Amino acid sequence: MLQIRLHGRGGQGVVTAAEMLSLAAFLEGHFAQAFPSFGSERTGAPVVAYARIDDKDIRTHEPILKPNAVVVQDRTLLSALDVFAGLTEDGYAIINSADDPKVIVPELVERLPKGHVLTVPATDFAMQKIGRPLPGAPMLAALAAATNVFDLNSVQKSFQTRYPGKVGDANAETAALAYNYIKDKIKEA
Amino acid sequence: MLEQIEGSLGIAKAVALCRPGAVCAYPISPQTHIVENVGKLVKEGSLKDCEFINVESEFSALSVSIGASAGGVRTYTATASQGLLFMAEAVYNASGLGLPIVMTVASRAIGAPINIWNDHSDSLSQRDSGWLQLFCESNQDAVDTHIMAFKIAEEVGLPVMVCMDGFVLTHAFERLDIPEQELVDKFLPEYQPKEFLNPDEPISMGAMVGPEAFTEVRFLQQRKIASSLEVIERVSKEFNALTGRNSGGLLDCYNCENADVKLIIMGSSVGTAKDAVDELKEQGINAGIISLKAYRPFPYEAMRAAIGDTKKVVILERAFSFGARGILYPEVMRSIKGLDTQVNTAICGLGGRAVLGSTIKGLVDYALNDKFEDELTWFDIDTDTLNSYLKDKGISFPQGPISEKQLEASLKGAKA
Repeated sequence: MLQIRLHGRGGQGVVTAAEMLSLAAFLEGHFAQAFPSFGSERTGAPVVAYARIDDKDIRTHEPILKPNAVVVQDRTLLSALDVFAGLTEDGYAIINSADDPKVIVPELVERLPKGHVLTVPATDFAMQKIGRPLPGAPMLAALAAATNVFDLNSVQKSFQTRYPGKVGDANAETAALAYNYIKDKIKEA
Repeated sequence: MLEQIEGSLGIAKAVALCRPGAVCAYPISPQTHIVENVGKLVKEGSLKDCEFINVESEFSALSVSIGASAGGVRTYTATASQGLLFMAEAVYNASGLGLPIVMTVASRAIGAPINIWNDHSDSLSQRDSGWLQLFCESNQDAVDTHIMAFKIAEEVGLPVMVCMDGFVLTHAFERLDIPEQELVDKFLPEYQPKEFLNPDEPISMGAMVGPEAFTEVRFLQQRKIASSLEVIERVSKEFNALTGRNSGGLLDCYNCENADVKLIIMGSSVGTAKDAVDELKEQGINAGIISLKAYRPFPYEAMRAAIGDTKKVVILERAFSFGARGILYPEVMRSIKGLDTQVNTAICGLGGRAVLGSTIKGLVDYALNDKFEDELTWFDIDTDTLNSYLKDKGISFPQGPISEKQLEASLKGAKA
């Protein structure tokens, strides 16, 4: 079972991103579950959402304490809370930033396997295509590119299913930018 | 059809498949998404011939539902927490009048202190109201139980509360198999009320009953709800034969054969517990789960059979009766009268505190290694928080779960 924890702030579509992640996995025939941590629904407040992907029925409903991947949609959270708490030794970390991971999370880069800590300028990509700071789709695409657990195509399809028309398409284009960005980074490395 | 959707949307779709004629509800977290979605289905026309009525409170929501049901239409509503308490007067009226309303309770704690998160205090507070109360362990179970609930309610002539864990289930996005309309129509025929308010043939409902017959009315009400045990079992079997699933029923046993300890659990913690029990099995520890689905009527006989000759039972209780103890405990003890089973209650998961796999493993460890000191233990309690609050009284609890005995001892300590 792959367990993913998503961190962000209220208004950035963190809960939606977790739901879209589960939908992308579902579209590929996996079992998937997504749920928010409940309570902080204010704009700007730290928000956590969870997603699980498995090839059998997911029965557990406990929060994810030992994620295999952590997605950080807002880098200002790095200094505010321990977003990587419980991250497994072979886990992945995807951070929304244009800076090199070695600059912003040097200790994590040391701890995790090579190529498992990645940054992607998701908000910049979102501003280019969607015109709003909604980094959900590019962050998921970056996760897909890093882990190969699900396809870019499924991420795009999940957003287009949820938001048919222009918004879904813009999210799909943003996702492609992030996917290719990460694939290029991996090639370079 | 398989869909990856929020639990609340799944429930709304299940309710719509049952073709209610009236839906009336007032929004309260964590139930809101359910009725919002039912409202959308009515507005977009996919739920036809249904009146969706907006009202100003939960008391009105159930009062209108009572009116609609008395008028002879299939009626649905939903609520949670303080909302359920606010409609309490009408809750008793609905059952007393024998109206087959189906109501979802997206279970949540009751304030004060205000808390929007999940436990079972709200549903269990209405345990004496004369409604059937069916608990769901997953969103699929909840979807299926709602469809069964209408059939059970209409056959028995009593309202049914479908209790599903707020947020944990209602807000979880999961794979759900939503039955086809054709299947539901076959399973749940059009509602044919036996008696209803009709201006052409006026009758009166809800007459006053004095001391000369009130006890007899109550006896008959008890007889009626007792008859629902058989109906719940039969309807569940029928539904599961149609869908190939294992939903509803009075209770369900998991890994219970030759189990050295059995845990009795209601609601979404059952799924978490199943995973934990599977992990324990790999270590050679044999623990079973009894998922209690029907809380009212309480299935005493089925519970006795499920416990069988197991010598140790732990009840995970997500609500509490102040000044008394666990709410499920006395019911379980009645089920096993005469047996020498050791039964302990663990208070866990209040006000949204997560019931973890490690919580379940802890309960199994406590039971198998005889660590329970008393009938009741506050299991997942944070001793540091308690101790900082009680430090002026010179009281300090050791780390870990706290038994009723320790609580009593601390009172003596305070007096000294």
